[in-house]
Parts: sequence; structure tokens; C-alpha cells
Amino acid sequence: MDAQQKILILDDDPVFLELYKEWLAQLPSKPEIHTSTSGARALALLEADPFRVLICDLKMPKMDGLQVLSIVRRRFPELRTVVMTGVQDEEFRSRAYALGVDLFWLKPDTQQNMQMFLECLESLLGRDNESGFRGIQSKSLMDILQMECLSQSSTVFRITRGSLVGKIWILNGDLIDAETEGARGEAAFRRILGWKSGTFETLPAEPERERTITKSINALLLETAQAMDEISNPMEGESPEEAEHRKTVWRLATLTREGGEWVVTAPNDPKGTPEGWGTQSEAELADWMRYANDAVQRLSEKVEAGPLSHIRAQNLDRKLVFMPAKNKTFLVSWPTSSDAGAIFEKSKKLITTWDS
Amino acid sequence: MGLLNLFAKPRPALQRLPSGSMTVDREGHIVTCTVSSSYPVDILEEVADEVLRLFAEARKAHLPLSEFRIHFASLHITAREARGGAFIFLSPAGPL
Repeated sequence: MDAQQKILILDDDPVFLELYKEWLAQLPSKPEIHTSTSGARALALLEADPFRVLICDLKMPKMDGLQVLSIVRRRFPELRTVVMTGVQDEEFRSRAYALGVDLFWLKPDTQQNMQMFLECLESLLGRDNESGFRGIQSKSLMDILQMECLSQSSTVFRITRGSLVGKIWILNGDLIDAETEGARGEAAFRRILGWKSGTFETLPAEPERERTITKSINALLLETAQAMDEISNPMEGESPEEAEHRKTVWRLATLTREGGEWVVTAPNDPKGTPEGWGTQSEAELADWMRYANDAVQRLSEKVEAGPLSHIRAQNLDRKLVFMPAKNKTFLVSWPTSSDAGAIFEKSKKLITTWDS
Repeated sequence: MGLLNLFAKPRPALQRLPSGSMTVDREGHIVTCTVSSSYPVDILEEVADEVLRLFAEARKAHLPLSEFRIHFASLHITAREARGGAFIFLSPAGPL
């Protein structure tokens, strides 16, 4: 753990700030403690220096805690955030969690409660923020599977990436089956291995599971790695244009299979080029998408509504799902006859697959 | 430790989420409103303005919309276009 980690405490009352400083000095990792009595000053400090954790009160004049957290979430996505408040209200607890805070803690009234808070805080300071599969950071799914098979384990991996869910069965170090999204066996295994990140959990072994995979884990991993390289790199003798065309065909095929009409993506970077599949109007649609992104951002901050999940829209010709992803926004068009709930789930699945 | 009393300090009230509906004309003026009167009118007017501009910008992009529903983590805003104005429904999302 980095010994120089910094914690910023935001509370409008200087007396409490002093109390907090004394308490946090007991943390085993001995982080640097900084304080601020206003949201504006706290934001300036966060801009100037990298902090690990922000501890924020809710009730403050001028800019309240929810407003600060809303801005912090957008500007400093890596920052861990903790609400420490005297407000015992379910609405504000829910809203704070909806803003992505890591911990919502009522101001401690006993030494025992304070000790528990310090332990939680220490855990937050130590939590790794690297990408990869949650649980074993910085290891790819291939690494994890190889380790399980080498140790002759028997287990079931349940892997989740967004709305996609897959399972891989391992028995006595042998890969015996895989299943995801209607695919089973080797096809399912290859599809799951294509997911770049996600979360996984291990479930109890299922010795009775029917075996559908007979190849060795190493042979399959090698084949899958080669297939992934071929998708991301041009095939032998294939020009970059041909590779791009192949990807476009694949995307259109997945869109058609789900029953969608067209998709437009607008990069968050204003200089980025929008892309369209099934439509020629991507430029003007992307302009509206960027406008809509800014507008909902303003609305979110003004009303303190939390981050945008998605927008559903419709007119006489189509239904639309507008959904922000990592570096871009997607707009997916569906026929008017589509079920509103289904198109949201299908859009999520499509975006997750395309982005994987 | 008796720290609870120490924390019982007078503080400004936190703003609750708006809940209710409103009708706005094409100029963005609120015609009818069922949102609590304790909720700041200027914020409701800004919501109305953003909603009307979202409809207008969509028309400019040749994507005229009759309705949209914005799903924020804590609040849903539903807007239906009505002769240049809009019906707007504000409903806080349920607890986690």
C-alpha cells in the first residue's frame, strides 16, 4: 500500500474537522489528512493533489454534500468517497449510494462505532484500483482458469460482464463445460474468454455436470487467444480496411439478430468521429446525443438526481435507447412494436457485446 | 463517549428530490404544477427549459420525439411533447 495516501475531510464545522483529524491519525496506514470547510475549497484541493479518499458531510451551506459528490464522481472517478453524516434519512442514504459513494456512515456516537469506521476506512485505503477481473486484480480470466486447472481444483466459475452471464465448469483440473447466452461447450468458452473485464465468483463443484468439452484447457486457451488476436489484428493478407469491414459486418449481424434498426455512437471526446451502423445520419444524430449528454449533466447537477443510467425515447417511427458507456454514448433504434422493457435489456446486451 | 450531542448542530436543510408533475407552455412557463411548493420554482423552470430544448434539438437532428424518459440514479424525468410545450413528470427512484 502507498504510505503517502491522502485523505480529504470536508465538513463546514472546524471543530469536527479537528476531531476527525485526531481520530484518523489512529489509522495504521498513517495517511496524510487534509481538511476543508467548503465544497469549493475541497474541489480545488482535489484538483491540485491526488487524494485516495474523500470524507464528506452532507449538510453544508452553499454547496451541500450531494452536490460535491455529484461533481467529484464525474471529475475524479478513482477517488473513494465516504459520507459521514448525522442525517438519518433513507432518501439521502439511497441518493448518496446512487452517486457511487463507497460508504455511508452515521456520525459515530460510541468508541466501538468509531473503531468500526476506522477499520472500514483502512480497508478502503488498501483497496486496489487496478482494472481486471474483480477478485484477483490484474489477472486475466485466462490466468485464473490456468491456475485453477493447475491446482487440480473442482469448481464452477460464474462470470458476469454487464448484463452477460457465463459459467465455466472445472472438475479435477479439467475443463468440462461452459455456457453463456444460448451457447454451450467450446463456443461458449471462447465467447466468455473474449470478455476483457468483469466479475466472477466461484460456486461449489458440480461433479454430475455433463461433459461437453474434451480438449485440454491449454489447447483451448491457445486457440481462443489466437482467435482474439485475429479479431483485434488484421488476418494474414487482410488490410485494415478489410478488417474494419469484417467488424462492421459482425456488428450489423448482431444488431439484426436482436431485431434492432440502427446504432449510432458518439465519442465523449468532441473531436472524436461518430460512427453509425444501419443509418447514414450519424453526424447529426451524434450532435443531438452530445447535446443531450450535456443537458442531462446539467439537470443531474441542478436537481441532484445522480448519474444518468439511460434515456428511453420514442416517436411515431421508432423507439430509442440512449445509453452512456465508458468513452462514448450509444443510441440504439428499435421498431415501435418492440417491448419497452425488452429493448432496454437488448440494448445493454448489444452495447456490452460490442464494447467487449 | 457522548459524542452524539456534539454532532447535534444546526445545519441548513438538504434539498429533497422533486416529486409530481407540471405542464409547461412552448415558452417554458409553468402552467400547472403539483410539485411541493417548498421545492424551488427556479429549479423547476430550469428543468422545463432543458426538457423543451431537448425536444427542439432532437427536431433539429431530424429525430422528432413525442416522449422521453430520463433515468437518473435517484430520479426519473418523463416528458411528453404537447403542442410545443410539454407535460413533465418527476418521480424519485425507489430506495436501493
